[in-house]
Amino acid sequence: MQYKMLVAAAALAVGFALPASSATIDDVKAKGHVQCGVSQGLPGFSNPDQAGNWTGIDVDVCRAVAAAVFGDANKVKFTPLSAKERFTALQSGEVDVLSRNTTWTLTRDTALGLDFVGVNFYDGQGFMIRKDMGIDSATKLDGASVCVNIGTTTELNMADYFRANNMKYEPVVFEKADEVVAAYDAGRCDVYTTDRSGLAAQRVKLKDPSAHFVLPETISKEPLGPVVRHGDNQWGDVVRWSLITMIEAEEMGLNSGNVDDMRKTATNPAVKRVLGTEGDMGKVLGLGNDWSYNIIKQVGNYGEVYAKHVGPNTPIGLARGPNELWTNGGLMYPMPVR
Amino acid sequence: MTDATPTFERSPDLPPPASTVGVVGWLRQNLFSTWYNTLLTILALWIVWEAVPPVISWAFLTADWAGTSRDDCTSGGACWVFIKEWFGQFIYGRYPIEERWRINFGSIILIVCAATLFFPRFPYKLWVSLFLIFVYPIVAFFLFSGDAFGLEWVETPLWGGLFLTLVIAIVGCVFALPIGIVLALGRRSDMPAVRAVCVAFIELWRGVPLITVLFMASVMFPLFVPEGLTFDKLLRALIGIMLFQAAYLAEVIRGGLQAIPRGQYEGAQALGLSYWKMMILIILPQALKLVIPGIVNSFIALLKDTTLVLIIGLFDFLGMIQAAGTNPDWLGFAVEGYVFAAFVFWVLCFGISRYSLHLERKLHTGH
Repeated sequence: MQYKMLVAAAALAVGFALPASSATIDDVKAKGHVQCGVSQGLPGFSNPDQAGNWTGIDVDVCRAVAAAVFGDANKVKFTPLSAKERFTALQSGEVDVLSRNTTWTLTRDTALGLDFVGVNFYDGQGFMIRKDMGIDSATKLDGASVCVNIGTTTELNMADYFRANNMKYEPVVFEKADEVVAAYDAGRCDVYTTDRSGLAAQRVKLKDPSAHFVLPETISKEPLGPVVRHGDNQWGDVVRWSLITMIEAEEMGLNSGNVDDMRKTATNPAVKRVLGTEGDMGKVLGLGNDWSYNIIKQVGNYGEVYAKHVGPNTPIGLARGPNELWTNGGLMYPMPVR
Repeated sequence: MTDATPTFERSPDLPPPASTVGVVGWLRQNLFSTWYNTLLTILALWIVWEAVPPVISWAFLTADWAGTSRDDCTSGGACWVFIKEWFGQFIYGRYPIEERWRINFGSIILIVCAATLFFPRFPYKLWVSLFLIFVYPIVAFFLFSGDAFGLEWVETPLWGGLFLTLVIAIVGCVFALPIGIVLALGRRSDMPAVRAVCVAFIELWRGVPLITVLFMASVMFPLFVPEGLTFDKLLRALIGIMLFQAAYLAEVIRGGLQAIPRGQYEGAQALGLSYWKMMILIILPQALKLVIPGIVNSFIALLKDTTLVLIIGLFDFLGMIQAAGTNPDWLGFAVEGYVFAAFVFWVLCFGISRYSLHLERKLHTGH
């Protein structure tokens, strides 16, 4: 009995402190697919489509990893995870990579035994109001009633923001996102606050979406990105560079449509390295040299993925904003592939 | 002047006053008998008048039924197109479309077998029951999950929708019943060790909420087993639900056991029956019959509780409806989804409760 308790305690300790040190990449290659943890449904990030497949920008990160490892973006299986079980699922090896709109924070990166490998979406909390209120800045929201989800960091951020700016507000709290939107739409509060990507998605549900707009202020930083287990650096590299390649491809003007032509005609050595026709970039990652070509060909560059799932032409209609390339004034700065 | 004997003829009964018969009488007696009844009636009528027409208008008159996308929902009422377009996934989850016949086939076997048990004169009832209890679970397991007999393997993460709800509810209940019976007997046993174990088990599982059980099974359990050793998430949840349900059923059945008069036990013992024979032949048939409402009640509760598996990332019927509502092309139809879910759950639960009434009447032999 004591022995069993000891084993259980040791397993628990190992689970938190010394996660997987075996090479995930070998496991992944052996089982023939990437196991990817996604959300249970967040519009544009990971949601089921009518054919029963998962789509979204979080989903496409995992498809890119599968394309890099196997040369086939479909060799990935998705595990929908609730917010509470997501980290355990990664720690226990149930999933190989967690791509589930997870904010990169210090405690998660350290104490949980996880490693964030990059950012695929810069989010932040914003405010939505009715256009006819005639307010153009969040600093003028003194005395407003605010609809918000109960018990979330959203609620805390809002409290901090109003206190820091010496403003009064009246919170109107609800349990579920649908309730918050319905209350805001019915006029029970002046302002609706959640992450900007969420605001954009929920706005579609309003009776007259065009009568509302999002204030320019962003009151919190929510860098969302894929996560792997701490201590398995090679696998972390594969996921990290799969993501970077998507962004780098956009910067270089490579997309799923022109990548075949560019592969034949490109003369720029930097482009050739990304396409795998020069250098041994794949080999040092432990992959084939066409890894990046497969990502761009099968999944697309970051801009394509963004436009397809959350961009202005989708119902979500989110402008690039901070997720624009650094060359266009955004934050997306791919590390050089060389 | 004739000398007629005055006869007392019974004069015909006068009709009752118009205000006490017919519709008017009924209304006066039941709805307007006193001033406060009149007030309540008027209030109730006003509420019905305010509430019902908008709901009917939303759900039927101005609803959109035809179409394939949200653009077809223009009339302002309910958008049933959403339900229609996602119906397959609501029923089968993300089970591969070309493999869905397996679920249909498995369901048909179950329905046909169960239906034969309804006919009082069907001769092979015993065989059908034995098949359902011992063979069908194995057949269904291979049929649904595959990887044998040339069937493609369908992993449990792809299971979902109403199919998953029913799998969890049926497995949870069917396997929990025998465990519950054993626990109930154990709790009333004379052997202290057996009794202590059963009491501890029942009180432990009854003392924690189902959501905690699911959470332990899904989140904590993997941390306790060696890395690389993973059990199927659905299996973990099923075992958790089964043990949880068994503890509840044990208490329901114990109630039945306690209601059986002492004379039944003594009579059985006087006949020289062993403990198990006494239980199986005399006590349990009476006790279980007594607690049918209780058992059905727990089954209905379990059926609705299955929606909790959403928190461990399984997409049951309700979870699938919620997930469908996050598709960017179908945002904003949550109300239609919830109404549909409520309707289906109501039909299921109402059906079960009707069946239990039928069972009670059939088994009512009168004490």
